[in-house]
Amino acid sequence: MVLIVALAIWLICILLVAPFVVRIRLTNFLLAVAIWLICVALTIPFVAKTWWMPDPITDHARLVDGQMALTFVVTGVVFILAHLALGYAVLKFGRDRSEPADYTTGNDRWELLWTSAATVLFVGLVFMGYTAWAEARFAEAATQPGSPDREVVEVTGQQFVWNIRYPGPDGKFGPLDVNLIDDSLGNPLGVDRGNPDGKDDIVVPRMAVPVDKEIEVILRTKDVLHNFFVPELRLKLDTVPGIDGRLRFKPDKVGTYEIACSELCGLGHYKMRSYLDVMEQADYEQWLVEQASFLQ
Amino acid sequence: MNEVAEYVEIHRHPEPKSFISRWIFSLDHKVIGIQYVMLAVVAVFIGMALSLLIRLRLVWPEQAVPLLGDLFPVGAPDGVMTPEFYLSMLTMHGTMMVFMVLTTAPQGGFGNYVLPIQIGANDMAFPRLNMLSFWTTFLSFCALMMAFFVEGGAPISGWTAYPPLSALDAAVIAGTGQDWWIISIALFCVASLLGALNFIVTTLQLRAKGLTMMRLPLTVWTWFVTAILGLLAFGVLLAAGVLLLLDRNLGTSFFIPAGLVINDQLIDRSGGSPILWQHLFWFFGHPEVYIAILPGMGVTSHILATFSRKPVFGYKVMVYAIAAIGGLGFVVWGHHMFMSGMSPYSAFVFSVLTMCIGVPSAIKTFNWIGTLWGGKIRFTSPMLFSVGFVSLFVTGGLSGIFLGQPTVDLFFHDTYFVVAHFHLIMGVAAIFGMFAGLTFWFPKMFGRFMHEGLSKVHFWLTFLGVYAIFGPMHYLGMLPHPRRYAEITGVDYLAAGGSAEIHYFITIAAMITITAQLIFLFNLVWSLFKGKVCSDDNPWEATTLEWAVPTPPPYDNFAGRIPTVYRGAYDFSLPKAKRDYAMQCNSDDMVYRQAAGD
Repeated sequence: MVLIVALAIWLICILLVAPFVVRIRLTNFLLAVAIWLICVALTIPFVAKTWWMPDPITDHARLVDGQMALTFVVTGVVFILAHLALGYAVLKFGRDRSEPADYTTGNDRWELLWTSAATVLFVGLVFMGYTAWAEARFAEAATQPGSPDREVVEVTGQQFVWNIRYPGPDGKFGPLDVNLIDDSLGNPLGVDRGNPDGKDDIVVPRMAVPVDKEIEVILRTKDVLHNFFVPELRLKLDTVPGIDGRLRFKPDKVGTYEIACSELCGLGHYKMRSYLDVMEQADYEQWLVEQASFLQ
Repeated sequence: MNEVAEYVEIHRHPEPKSFISRWIFSLDHKVIGIQYVMLAVVAVFIGMALSLLIRLRLVWPEQAVPLLGDLFPVGAPDGVMTPEFYLSMLTMHGTMMVFMVLTTAPQGGFGNYVLPIQIGANDMAFPRLNMLSFWTTFLSFCALMMAFFVEGGAPISGWTAYPPLSALDAAVIAGTGQDWWIISIALFCVASLLGALNFIVTTLQLRAKGLTMMRLPLTVWTWFVTAILGLLAFGVLLAAGVLLLLDRNLGTSFFIPAGLVINDQLIDRSGGSPILWQHLFWFFGHPEVYIAILPGMGVTSHILATFSRKPVFGYKVMVYAIAAIGGLGFVVWGHHMFMSGMSPYSAFVFSVLTMCIGVPSAIKTFNWIGTLWGGKIRFTSPMLFSVGFVSLFVTGGLSGIFLGQPTVDLFFHDTYFVVAHFHLIMGVAAIFGMFAGLTFWFPKMFGRFMHEGLSKVHFWLTFLGVYAIFGPMHYLGMLPHPRRYAEITGVDYLAAGGSAEIHYFITIAAMITITAQLIFLFNLVWSLFKGKVCSDDNPWEATTLEWAVPTPPPYDNFAGRIPTVYRGAYDFSLPKAKRDYAMQCNSDDMVYRQAAGD
């Protein structure tokens, strides 16, 4: 941080002295300074992490952060180089130059250089990020369905709340019937309580999961598009009517994290939110028992 | 016309006499071009007023805005904006800006005015079609304005109008605002299709003798490629719009799946897919980004070369880059849908293709800097705006490298980082291209210069202003602040992250920058009547054909004498030449021999 500020002050000093040393028109000078200062001002908060992402709570999220950091480095270098060059050109090649403008129609070597550099950097980046994307959406799961190391939670969006369903002690989600849906009777999903699988299903407005276990989330919606997003998980997916979205994550930090809807869903979009509570296994089991007791 | 070495005589059409056929329902591409620009000026100020309301609502949600209560008694009772009013402002701001400003002025406005003269044609290929395009666009604008004042107010589903939200009144406030919105968009598509056809035929068929494709000014190349994009993209949006209109009004289910329950009511539809809309919309929507920005890129290349007194660096590669951006622009639409539930495999393919489009964009950027390098730069106001364009293009383009990767998009999708990205690249950069174009061609169009001092003040306030507005939005994205939130205090992590301070800063910056646009408006109107008279046909000492005709150009541009073209568009500082520029219609004789004779 100190280094950056020192660098910035040094840059400003140089810039202030420059026009007196070299004969440069005011417009050229101001524009070059503006371009460089904008470049520095935009970069500092990213380097200093003044406003930054919340800490990740899964290995996958850390993988995403790695890709993010790599992208910051690559784009940062291009950003600074391009602005340095632009500012320099503006400063150096004013109309007061004694020699005439160069007659060049291009330079194959330079053009080949930046074309291949851009190709390698940009396309290379995507492939570097392949693993993290695969793990988010289509990689083999570490656990089998039904294994004790995996918890399945169903998250259903509706204007403007989240409904979280657990399968209950039997580990099976009961069938849903749209005709049974009744918000006022406390059955927002239409769970058939007469069905043996559905009898013990737990439906709550807040999501709890055990720490260090693979969690599978089934994402659904009753009405319009919503988006399930927990910043600490670096995971995000639209809930689409008619489609079951699936996300998996394995949190390794106990705590409370916020779920804020991230796809415009109507008037109350800005207040559609819930919480994800990551708990110790024992606390989680206790919590499940408490929630089940409300069913009686 | 003493710059013209040789010409081809063509048949002249008489100039229409009546006021209406000359200025209202005109067939003259120059008048139609000015009509498009004026429509865009009106639309941009409406769109900007909406953005001001958006910013005010975010920072002072309880504050009453004068007059607003009288205009919108439902949306803003006593002038205090409701959250749904915020969403409709946001929807209309986006629609107004993307369609009525970014698509009209660069192509329909400047393209219409300048392209025929630059290629040595006396008008567009189909003047009646041209007139029809403008007036259909005008109808579309009227339909969009209607949406504000019908029952239920303007639509709230965003400029992307994702169903089921946009398809079912049960999910929003019942009303016809969304229908008017669709009608407006459909009309706009028709107008743009007609315009695109006209541009393509004109460029291919009406070029002057000697003006080969590889001698075309880069402005013409960008307008030409933009027209091809428009021809292929707007038809798809038109179809999608019609389907959505049917879903809303005739009970069809193109975009509505079975089993939707809204407010405990089962919606009796089945068989549709909301993701289908997104594919159709973005198949149009991504090329649309290039429809907005490509003409700005052309204008920038043109102006950078003119005022650096240097040929465009790597002209051929620039042409290939324009074509590559246009082509690739059609196969990257999926990057808007990484989080939509679309197949994650295809997301990866779209991502690779998206990164590929970064390559021609990088080429253009470095070639612009290469054009400046070693030049003798004259900092007129069009040049300032063009250099500003390059900076904004770099900044806005690089944030695209984040969003184009599904891995990183997992965090940034639908946050303010996206808002910062697209405003810089397709909003502000494109508008800088328009400001550059307007100050550059204004003397040719109206025979008077825009006031240079006012233009420069306007540039400085706007350049620093837009960075002050959209720069900090990247930091909001880091928090991560979701888009399209009517209130900023509801989410815990935002309250803790310092987002309120950033929003406050952005709103103040926006108020200053928007106020600064009044300088532009004043300058525009004042210069039309009182600006310094341009007595020279070629005040910028430029090379292309529009500077070889009288100022302002006569009815059929070349008075029946189409000049023969001898050289490429950017012959600046030719060694051994008499002057530091050689116009396209100058023969070698004029360029060199007279030099020897002097």
